[in-house]
Amino acid sequence: MSEMTQPAERGFSLQSLTRNRAFWPIFALLLILLGNRLIAPDFFNIEVVEGRIFGSLIVILIRGAPVVLLSIGMTLVIATKGIDLSVGAVIAISGAVAAVLVSTTDINPILAILISIGVGALCGLWNGILVAYFNIQPIVATLILMVSGRGIAQLITNGQIAIFNDETLAFVGTGVIAGIQFPIYICIAVFVIVMLLVRRTAIGLLIESVGANDRASYYAGIKAAQIKLFAYVASGICAALAGLILTADIKGADANNAGLWLELDAILAVVIGGTSLDGGRFFLGLSVIGALIIQSVETGILQSGLPPTFNLVVKAIVILIVLLLQSDVVRRWISNSVNRLRGQMRGQTA
Amino acid sequence: MRFTKLSIILLVVVALIVPTTFAQVPESGEGLTIGFAQVGSESAWRTAFSEAVIAEAEERGINLLFSDGQQRQENQISAIRSFIAQGVDAIILAPVVETGWDEVLQEAADNEIPVVIVDRNVTADRSLWVTRVSSDFVHEGRLAAAWLAQATAGDCAIVELQGTVGSSAALDRQQGFNEVIALFDNMEIVLTQSGDFTRTGGKEVMESFLNTMDPAEICAVWAHNDDMLIGATQAMEEAGVDPGDDILTISVDAIPDIFLAMSEGKANATVELSPNMGGPAFDAVVAYLNGETLPDWVPVAGGIYFPDTAAEEYERRSGGE
Amino acid sequence: MTTSTQPILQTRDLSISFGSVDALVSVDFNLRAGEIHALLGENGAGKSTLIKLVTGVYAKDSGQILLDGKEINPRNPREAQLLGISPVYQEINLIPTLSVAENIYLGSQPMRFGLVNTAAMNKQAEALLNRYNIDIDVNRTLSSYSVAIQQLVAIARGVDMSAKVLILDEPTASLDRHEVETLFNVMRQLKADGVGIILITHFLDQVYEISDRITVLRNGFKVGEYNTDELPRVKLISEMLGHELTQTLGKQATSETAKPKNQEAYIRVDGLGRKGYLEPIDLTVNEGEIVGLAGLLGSGRTETALLIFGIEGHDQGTIYVDGQAVHLRSPSQAIQEGFALCPEDRKTEGIVGELTVRENVILALQAKRGWFDFIPIKRQQELADEMIEALHIATPDAEKPAGQLSGGNQQKLILARWLASEPKFLILDEPTRGIDVGAHAEIINIIKRLSNDGMSLLVISSELAEVVDYSDRVIVLRDHKKVAELKGDEVTENRIMQVIAEEPNV
Repeated sequence: MSEMTQPAERGFSLQSLTRNRAFWPIFALLLILLGNRLIAPDFFNIEVVEGRIFGSLIVILIRGAPVVLLSIGMTLVIATKGIDLSVGAVIAISGAVAAVLVSTTDINPILAILISIGVGALCGLWNGILVAYFNIQPIVATLILMVSGRGIAQLITNGQIAIFNDETLAFVGTGVIAGIQFPIYICIAVFVIVMLLVRRTAIGLLIESVGANDRASYYAGIKAAQIKLFAYVASGICAALAGLILTADIKGADANNAGLWLELDAILAVVIGGTSLDGGRFFLGLSVIGALIIQSVETGILQSGLPPTFNLVVKAIVILIVLLLQSDVVRRWISNSVNRLRGQMRGQTA
Repeated sequence: MRFTKLSIILLVVVALIVPTTFAQVPESGEGLTIGFAQVGSESAWRTAFSEAVIAEAEERGINLLFSDGQQRQENQISAIRSFIAQGVDAIILAPVVETGWDEVLQEAADNEIPVVIVDRNVTADRSLWVTRVSSDFVHEGRLAAAWLAQATAGDCAIVELQGTVGSSAALDRQQGFNEVIALFDNMEIVLTQSGDFTRTGGKEVMESFLNTMDPAEICAVWAHNDDMLIGATQAMEEAGVDPGDDILTISVDAIPDIFLAMSEGKANATVELSPNMGGPAFDAVVAYLNGETLPDWVPVAGGIYFPDTAAEEYERRSGGE
Repeated sequence: MTTSTQPILQTRDLSISFGSVDALVSVDFNLRAGEIHALLGENGAGKSTLIKLVTGVYAKDSGQILLDGKEINPRNPREAQLLGISPVYQEINLIPTLSVAENIYLGSQPMRFGLVNTAAMNKQAEALLNRYNIDIDVNRTLSSYSVAIQQLVAIARGVDMSAKVLILDEPTASLDRHEVETLFNVMRQLKADGVGIILITHFLDQVYEISDRITVLRNGFKVGEYNTDELPRVKLISEMLGHELTQTLGKQATSETAKPKNQEAYIRVDGLGRKGYLEPIDLTVNEGEIVGLAGLLGSGRTETALLIFGIEGHDQGTIYVDGQAVHLRSPSQAIQEGFALCPEDRKTEGIVGELTVRENVILALQAKRGWFDFIPIKRQQELADEMIEALHIATPDAEKPAGQLSGGNQQKLILARWLASEPKFLILDEPTRGIDVGAHAEIINIIKRLSNDGMSLLVISSELAEVVDYSDRVIVLRDHKKVAELKGDEVTENRIMQVIAEEPNV
């Protein structure tokens, strides 16, 4: 909410627009989409095939769904001055739980999905307890589950890719309602719920207070431990949902590879969205934009026809440019050189 | 012209796969004493390889002297010397490095003990060893391409799902595949991307291929492993394309799930080379002792699996767990 | 006493100001070789500024610094150290993960063939520490030793850099009695070696025990320079606090305290304490009453507040609210009982700088109401605007980040936060420190107004005039212990100072 309120008051001008913190991430996203359009001329094309909407823009939304979900949870954790490195592993665990349950038992698939989300919440609870009650540094506390989580997932799947044929579970990843894939609905629902939860209750304010000044918050009577616990549990649930999507998408739980390194994409998305790793103010909507930026770059690279050897380098360069665009130092430098250039040109024409 | 080339390749492939042996020493090698100098047990693959050789020797009644070199060449050299001292009938060497074997191999030759090299290569003089047995990624790529050339009469627009960029499995399979399709003017890789050897990766990349290109123009998908191919078949199905029919598939590994896909008609073929180099190595020893001349290189058994045996293979491979 | 009269370190007319604040004005300071010289004064008197000038942390505006009669101008601490001026700060400036010997010789290790000669270094370190009767394994990491040993190692390091002047800033703050004794022995040894020692401490007993002479600073001025044995305690304290005893005597004999109050003790603290932190303390605060907590810095005033508010745990005693025993283990529990605490350190314990004024105002109230009983934005704005107006908080609007307000306005903002939570018992720790004169008067008025409205207040302040002005009763602390409770006519600056200055066990 706070990310959208600032500009209107001072009337419209380019300057007040570029000063709005929402401007640069959205601008970067549009720029990247335009760039993709230049590389692949039909990038913006959207067509309906067999009652389902197709097109690269939709692909970005579907493929971006896991990181979008992770970035929502990660934003809350980072706002408390924490970090959650375990989300990739939680993806593997939750996927494994759901896949193994539906393929080896007669359990109702909806129940299996709920159990899997519950397991994600438990993982978050574990992280939260280590951080909030045992005062273990978040990076270390969540590293434990990051490292061991995949092992746990492998134990659950017995080291194989656990495949399943259940249509209900598969629907989570590939189902279509009104032409739109189900993961997109999940993202919207989670975003709306979390947004309501943090901005229509005191939770958002308390998270920001704890993240910005832990000690002062304690003096003001805020139970920081509960707030942190909430953030990590939310992150665990988001990771479980991401895990369900990824597992349902390929109808199999791949303990080794599901969600591998996605924690880093999620952290990057939060940073692109302007939430500081030092905690405090957070911007859920912009984190989602950040996640979409990352996915747009990846989809663009896939469609560009560049040799795969360049994938990582291109991604790194584009993300670096996005981050530099947001850096005050670089922006000041650019505006100064533009002004100087203008001055010179005026001097020449005079 | 094209067909001549094709049949030559197929002949070569068939010749490589079918082993032939005869005479004085029993075909199984029963009663022979053979020393096996293994690199070590540094990976699960290596351990499986050692176990396969030991099991194969037991089955054939070969007296196998096994030495674990703990990844050190000096350990392997002293193992070979002790095999020589014990007067074994033959030595199988899985060298840890390629160089530095001349002296000890010369000692074996002086004692008229034949040496068969398995897995990695050696730089020693060709006269010092009998033959080399190896299973390699390049050959898997060649087999895959050869089948595809046959199935499409050498005319095919291929999209490629690469493994993890820079991994030897990806590099070598790509190299072998490209070697063969280079022989056909109308076989071409039109799109290539990395799917990181994962199902999700394969699916995402295939989706983008189908987005970028008219699916009708894609003749076949070639995946560096079965997992990526399974992901790709899902992408095709969701895009209304019939994998195995509209677009042919070829991949490597022969994991159980690919047989399931083949039995459902969603995949066409998978390549597998057996990790068991013991059998061919023992066969080579027997052949040599029986006076046959051996080629420089003997590939291991294995080949291409098709939908006709898929149901049965799936049963066999997934039942074992 | 073999103190030479030859000054080793002198300052003449030394002045420095920061912005419009004169931190040090024309100070003449004289340290003799082989003496222990206590540098005393309340917070903000200019002690650390003086130290930072002679150690090269700050550059003077005017005046001279003389070492052995020659003018010096150290540009940084390293230069000062090379000249022979070694400070040992309260927060020990050593590296806990290195060995004792490495710490002593950090930056000046004996080298051999371009490598640190560890054996030689250890040997030297051992010899050095042995001189002060400290026998420890110099190879072990520093952090494996007690704070006292770490302190001594820091001193040893300072002295070994061939110090002529050793500066000890609150060296005994975290030491027990026995450790203090060890430290004093080392200091006496150094004194005998001709080192001039500047000692900054708030333990007056220790000043009288170890120091030869005293210099008192107040508000950046030098008040006086005395031989310790010629300066009575009461005189010292009045010099530090800046009130002539005779002037203030009886001045406040006061009708204020006679204002009618509901005499039912609203808050009763019974033997509250924690071993090694605060001796058990009794106090009561009635409805509508202001109780002052007086005492020098470090006397246990803040500790009392933290124990009552549940920030620090107590191991004995009970708190009663309206006759009911309450069990407080955290601020949030205290807040539920209607307690509030404006902490001394505004920046780290008070405001949340990144949040807006509005959010800071409602923070405690919201924490009290829980996650889901959210104060509607509109109500938040009203509350913030009310507070801004009532407390005259200078801010363009309630949406400004609190960190951008001035110190006085931040102080008012914290007060606003607690008032918004509608407390029944408000503890204020140094509510007027470091804020400008106008805000100062306003805050005092607010304090009085709250008490008239029936709130119970416990106010900690170093400003005795202020304490006397608003307090109905004053509790005096010394050495982490309650030593007196003054009421009625006794509530005068004079009396408070006498109590603070009394010799212990007399």
